[in-house]
Amino acid sequence: MSAAVIEVQGLSKHFRKDDEELIALRGVDLTVEQGSFLVLLGRSGCGKSTLLNLLAGLTPPTSGQITYGGKPMRGPNTQVGYLTQHDTLMPWRDVARNVQMPRELRGESKKERAAVAAELIKLVGLDGFERHYPRELSGGMRRRASLARMLCADPETLLLDEPFGALDAQLRTELQGELLRLWSGSGRTVVFVTHDIEEALILADRVVVLGPVGTILLDQSVDLPRPRDPDDIRVDPHFVELHRRLSAALKEGAR
Amino acid sequence: MSATTTPQVGSATRPAGPLRETSRRTWRQRHGRKTLIWGWRIGLLVVLLVVWQALSGPVLDPQFVSSPNGIATRLGDWVADGTLWSNTWITVQEIVLGFLVGALSGAALAYLIASVRVVWDILDPFLMALYAIPKVALAPLFIVWFGIGTDMKVLLAAVTVFFLVFLNTAAGVHEVDRALVDAVRLMNGTRRDIAFKVVLPASMTGLLTGLRVSIPYALIGAVIGELVASNRGLGYLISDSSAKFDTDGVFATLVVLSVIAAVLNAIVNLLGKRANRWKPLDAEA
Repeated sequence: MSAAVIEVQGLSKHFRKDDEELIALRGVDLTVEQGSFLVLLGRSGCGKSTLLNLLAGLTPPTSGQITYGGKPMRGPNTQVGYLTQHDTLMPWRDVARNVQMPRELRGESKKERAAVAAELIKLVGLDGFERHYPRELSGGMRRRASLARMLCADPETLLLDEPFGALDAQLRTELQGELLRLWSGSGRTVVFVTHDIEEALILADRVVVLGPVGTILLDQSVDLPRPRDPDDIRVDPHFVELHRRLSAALKEGAR
Repeated sequence: MSATTTPQVGSATRPAGPLRETSRRTWRQRHGRKTLIWGWRIGLLVVLLVVWQALSGPVLDPQFVSSPNGIATRLGDWVADGTLWSNTWITVQEIVLGFLVGALSGAALAYLIASVRVVWDILDPFLMALYAIPKVALAPLFIVWFGIGTDMKVLLAAVTVFFLVFLNTAAGVHEVDRALVDAVRLMNGTRRDIAFKVVLPASMTGLLTGLRVSIPYALIGAVIGELVASNRGLGYLISDSSAKFDTDGVFATLVVLSVIAAVLNAIVNLLGKRANRWKPLDAEA
């Protein structure tokens, strides 16, 4: 395996509410290898999203440290692309201008960024919708636009927080496929959060099962051959075995 | 499975967006409702005027209720001798100036104060207390400070506009989606980027609401100022006419004022339509 790109040591995050401390994460240690596809699997409320927010550098940890590319992280991590559960497209910008935004903020020329954006919009299958505002798009199309915007920044690492959770099953399968297509051979690292065991097994190189306050219950490498067809793989004995193991780990955590 | 098994190069399958079809509509479908509504509006107005005219005289004393005919005659006289234009011009100037001063200062201060949560929290009760003062009660004070010239009316209009624009814009600034700000931070956006590319456009709805609701108040402020103390303007025309027991004059001035209000509203609606193209469909109406 190649070098670690993200290293998390003794990470804790507390939220204060009046005189109470809510502990979202306690003592999390995690290493993410360069170029790997890591899935964080856990039930709702186990601190998955908090962990991603910390990896993105949007909130500071209460204690512990995160290093990214060997350097301790301070402030927002601009090397990552972050796709949150909810859309964060600017509603007052049309698709093209939304997708261009990361490069616009870098001060790239209009012509240059328009060319890149046009290509990405085509890549996610949104060509013809450049002039549409987010509200005029369906949920799936907004996801695609968000994906294109994230890729426009050309990030080394992708953080994805249940990105396809709100979509119908077919669309979800389709976008999972697209994500894998974008990832394979790109050398990018992906950290993908989900609560869906099947999704985890279809996508991941490695699945880390998180329990309450971010305790790592299981660290399982997934050696299923790619490409993984979601219809065929469900009956693959090895898939079934891994599914059982992850499911057991999740149940363990619930107790 | 679409993408992994069959190697698709370039564009993925087209997302299932809504189907688009060009539809042919008849003139009736296109303009029917609008025609209906305008037809009824005009009809209603005509009926009202006819009834008013018919009742005024035989049933009601024209000294008190005037009549459409009397109002029209009075407006005609005023147009002929220039009274109408000179006084309307004064009032319009006060409204526009007051609106501009109030709106600009309100919007600017809202962005400055509301952007810093602590400052806002400290000032909030004071601002609310000032907002709650009936602005008419400030008129005597403004006369002492600024005399009875146009300045006083402009400022009276501006104060009302200021609070409405300020509070609505501040609400807009506070409602900015935190996730959008975070998204820009991850794109390596500066504080300046956040201010101009997230907070400003996101709060535009609040600002526009403020501008829209405050327009009638600019008119109210100016006219009240004129009613309290002046020798020019539409407010003066009202108080002068009523002092002479000239109801035709009072009603004629009210007609002019409502025309001004309608024109101002039309301008603001145009402004809102242009800037809010991206708003959710149900928020338009």
